[in-house]
Amino acid sequence: MYNGGKIIIGLLIFVGLVITPFLFSGEKATAKPDPKVNTPEILKLPESERKCIESKEYMRSEHMKLLNQWRDWVVRDANALYTSTTGKQYKMSLQNTCMKCHSNKKDFCDQCHNYTAVKPYCWDCHIEPKEES
Amino acid sequence: MSTSRRQFLKMIGASAVIGLGGISAFEILQPGQFEASQLSKNPEALVGKRWGMVIDMKKLDNETMQKCIDACHRIHNVPNIDNPKEEIKWIWPETFEHAFPGMESKYMSEEIEHMQFLVLCNQCDNPPCVRVCPTKATFKRADGIVMMDMHRCIGCRFCMAACPFGARSFNWRNPRPFIKEENREYPTRMKGVVEKCTLCYERLAKGLKPACVEESNGALIFGDLDDPNSEIRKVLREHYTIRRKSELGTEPSIYYII
Ligand code: SF4
Ligand code: SF4
Repeated sequence: MYNGGKIIIGLLIFVGLVITPFLFSGEKATAKPDPKVNTPEILKLPESERKCIESKEYMRSEHMKLLNQWRDWVVRDANALYTSTTGKQYKMSLQNTCMKCHSNKKDFCDQCHNYTAVKPYCWDCHIEPKEES
Repeated sequence: MSTSRRQFLKMIGASAVIGLGGISAFEILQPGQFEASQLSKNPEALVGKRWGMVIDMKKLDNETMQKCIDACHRIHNVPNIDNPKEEIKWIWPETFEHAFPGMESKYMSEEIEHMQFLVLCNQCDNPPCVRVCPTKATFKRADGIVMMDMHRCIGCRFCMAACPFGARSFNWRNPRPFIKEENREYPTRMKGVVEKCTLCYERLAKGLKPACVEESNGALIFGDLDDPNSEIRKVLREHYTIRRKSELGTEPSIYYII
């Protein structure tokens, strides 16, 4: 084989170039989301009350559909209250109900939204909570 | 067997009920999600069949008027943009000949000629803005409020062309930098949407009267035009009132005592 060494070195460089992006993809993009629910507002609640309006699993997979329904119910049908499956009533408001508990948008919403590269445009109009950081 | 018209209508009615009550495709996909029983009105909400307002110009001085404007714009995060081509306004002062064109006369009382009139969306009974909106972002609620669903507005501005009162404003730019102090309980708008007075629907839902009415020291009277015993009807019975551009047939729900 002519120039065998050169070819092998060349191949090594090539393979190296191809896999660099994977090696240096950074922890950020692959770090598992870890949404935090330790806001002062939530911690203020008694242990047994520290629940979202519906179950965690339900909220995790369906919150976007729920919010979509809420906005129609409030804006188009002029309803204001949501009765959850536990029978409790909540004011349907992203800004005033959801974000009051989840006042840590960066550590809660953004965690998963960044991970899944979802950019909800809610915040173009709805004012996100003020955070000290 | 011949089917009478009455039977036919009954049948249609019955099948419609079955159709509505039956299982929809949505329910098959999402069993048990979002049921109508899950939502309700706030029991404290103000309810009316046809909301309207009387503006008593005899009681409204310029200072109070400014207070009404400030209150509305403050709580609704209306940006303060100085350039008249880009400004956003929900409620604003207007001269007599602009507010009531065609009603002015050559030898008019000076008082009225120089008076500033408070104008806002007329919450028309027959609103052309609703008719032209291609996405139904502007729609009329059962209680007469001509409402904006900002989630649906695509910024086509047909409604602005259709409204004969200039009651709508377009966001040419991101309004946020022009809001002095945000009301964190109410959303802002974004670039590329139209906005206007919504008769404080969010306050009515809490049982409160519109903000401008609350600030007006009794010069603005808000109430149910459909209720013959309401205060607003009493005021309308006792005073001569005019409406803006009534010849156009949009049937404004805002009346003026001058
Ligand atoms: S005043 Fe203009 S914006 Fe308001 S309801 Fe009438 S047509 Fe529509
Ligand atoms: S009714 Fe409400 S939204 Fe309309 S002008 Fe008055 S304060 Fe503003």
